[in-house]
Amino acid sequence: MNSEQQYIDLYDRYGEVIASHSPALLNGLRRQAYEDFRRLKFPTRKSERYRYSDVPAAFAPDYGLNLKRLDIPVNPYDVFTCDVPNLSTSLYFVVNDAFYDKARPAAPLPQGVMVCSLREAAEKCPDLLQAHYGRLAPTGEDALTALNTMLVQDGLFIYVPKNTVLERAVQVVNILRSDVDLMVNRRVLVVVEEGAQARILFCDHAADDRAFLATQVVEAFVGENARLELYELEETHVKNHRFSNLYARQAAYSTTVFAGFTLHNGFTRNRTDIVLAGRGAETSLYGCVIADQEQHVDNNTLIDHQAPDSHSTELYKYVLDDRATGAFAGRVLVRAGAQGVTSQESNANLCATKEARMYTQPMLEIYADDVKCSHGSTVGQLDEQALFYMRQRGIAPEEARTLLKFAFVAQVLDVLKLDALRDRLHYLVEKRFRGELGKCEGCKFRK
Amino acid sequence: MLEIKDLHAAINGKEILKGIDLTVRPGEIHALMGLNGAGKSTLSNVLVGHPAYEVTRGSVTFNGKDLLALSPEERSHEGLFLSFQQPVEIPGVSMVNFMRAALNAKRKYQGLEPMSAGDFLKLMREKRRIVELDSKLANRSVNEGFSGGEKKRNEIFQMAVLEPLFSILDETDSGLDVDALRIVAEGFNKLRTPETSALVITHYQRLLDYLRPDFVHVLIGGRIVRSGGPELATEIENRGFDWIKAGIPEE
Ligand SMILES: Nc1ncnc2c1ncn2[C@@H]1O[C@H](COP(=O)(O)OP(=O)(O)OP(=O)(O)O)[C@@H](O)[C@H]1O
Ligand SMILES: [Mg+2]
Repeated sequence: MNSEQQYIDLYDRYGEVIASHSPALLNGLRRQAYEDFRRLKFPTRKSERYRYSDVPAAFAPDYGLNLKRLDIPVNPYDVFTCDVPNLSTSLYFVVNDAFYDKARPAAPLPQGVMVCSLREAAEKCPDLLQAHYGRLAPTGEDALTALNTMLVQDGLFIYVPKNTVLERAVQVVNILRSDVDLMVNRRVLVVVEEGAQARILFCDHAADDRAFLATQVVEAFVGENARLELYELEETHVKNHRFSNLYARQAAYSTTVFAGFTLHNGFTRNRTDIVLAGRGAETSLYGCVIADQEQHVDNNTLIDHQAPDSHSTELYKYVLDDRATGAFAGRVLVRAGAQGVTSQESNANLCATKEARMYTQPMLEIYADDVKCSHGSTVGQLDEQALFYMRQRGIAPEEARTLLKFAFVAQVLDVLKLDALRDRLHYLVEKRFRGELGKCEGCKFRK
Repeated sequence: MLEIKDLHAAINGKEILKGIDLTVRPGEIHALMGLNGAGKSTLSNVLVGHPAYEVTRGSVTFNGKDLLALSPEERSHEGLFLSFQQPVEIPGVSMVNFMRAALNAKRKYQGLEPMSAGDFLKLMREKRRIVELDSKLANRSVNEGFSGGEKKRNEIFQMAVLEPLFSILDETDSGLDVDALRIVAEGFNKLRTPETSALVITHYQRLLDYLRPDFVHVLIGGRIVRSGGPELATEIENRGFDWIKAGIPEE
């Protein structure tokens, strides 16, 4: 049987159940998504954007789904044991795909700002949701986006109205929680309107020692002169499969920072598509991957310069140990007429063992003439001379390796504007390299 | 303190050291001179345990211990220090973190607690003064973008921090300007005690004028072919090596 068949069968049998437990608005796109998924099927390695990840294999096992949305007993504060008071962020929890509304931050959000479930948003502001949901994530083009849209039942909505500045970062802790192996389909919609500013941090955790298959589709609208910083930190475990597709669209003179940190995982595939639709729009895309054992991390990005004077910077760094595999495929597209574009793309990788594998593919496609673009990638090993130099000074080989690996990724950590997060990441990354990284540590950061 | 007996060593299967005998007692300074490619750096590297070199025969005892049985970091903890002929750049690793890791590794080996942040910074400042190392350099990544001379000065700074019993200076003088040479050499002399000794590899008399070695050895073709007092260095400065080579029987 093909991997996709069980999902088609599932929808054929339970389509009604899925729909009846979801807000009506999410049902609107479901049928089309189903048709698209049937037609597209799971991408194989022959498909341009999925060369480095075996999707059908990841979706082959039969995971359970919580279609009737039974309450899964959880106390996020138990799971999230390292929580401490006086966090500098507005803290929220999403358990599997559901916004956890029993724990909202005490400090009120500025007037008009919403951080809630899609279900709640569908009731409170249906027009706003209608105008944005599914508009950036085409089901006709990526089977995983189609599958997510077909099965999704709830998710998270973040809305920052015009000219509103969120001083505190919004921190969302995604907790995978289940007593059986579970598939989760999460949906996130972010709308940052004209002149508004927001910083969002997603922390992904797996609370149970179960196999999880989590799909996620994030749509982010960034209005004129708006600013959005979106950080994602994955700290799951080796039995976790993550498939995340993020789509962002930027209006004129907007600025974004998207940064993904894979500190601990099983199988991770992140797709990030940024459309610079308005003149002067600017994006910085960063990634930091630390993987060992048999971990797999595949980042696939597209920066689409549709407008003149748009700018992009992209930097991804990987440190691979043991038999880990990493992949980076980054396409920068400069459309005809997009004059004055500047773009810098770079991917640097460190393979600490001979068995670790890195696939890197920076791509630059330019259809305009007045542009300044560069791209490049490197794959290297730990510097043996440096290691010996340190050992001569008395530093044990393991410690020396840790120092070198840390030095390598520090460049990506240091681009972070969110000081508290940067300091926290320094600490976490160091612990990770020392093999001391516990669960849930990522979300604890203070100003 | 250090006793080298009939030491043979090879790199990539090629024998470079062909029977070295050398004894260094506490408080002594030995100079090692010789032509390019004679094997001086090879001897330094073998002593500090560089993994690329294979010891094929002979023994080295360091304060009663079998040096060759120790790992490079253990040798360091036991008090062995090499000022490298070509110090390595380590981008992204700050001098501060590097020195703290080195110092605390040694303290751990000695059964001591890690040094407090305050004490450590004080120590760094104090040691920097000995070789007049610019504080800007001390805040940068290890050797990254340092000039040739700055790298050499940084080596002696590290020596000052780690306080080794036995130091090998592999052409620490090359790359230093005249003033820097004086500062570094005087710094080195300040660090000397009756218990510490050194092997100083150099091509020039100038450094030796400051350090005043007790013995001078000449290494040619992987063997020490001549040893003498400081006057041997002066003679080499004046006459070169030909007269020594002439006295060596052909292989
Ligand atoms: N990796 C290697 N493979 C083969 N031969 C090597 C290697 N490294 C060094 N050698 C050789 O070993 C010999 C000794 O080199 P060494 O660096 O010890 O000389 P040296 O006395 O320090 O010279 P200098 O005064 O120029 O610093 C040289 O002939 C050199 O070419
Ligand atoms: Mg040499």
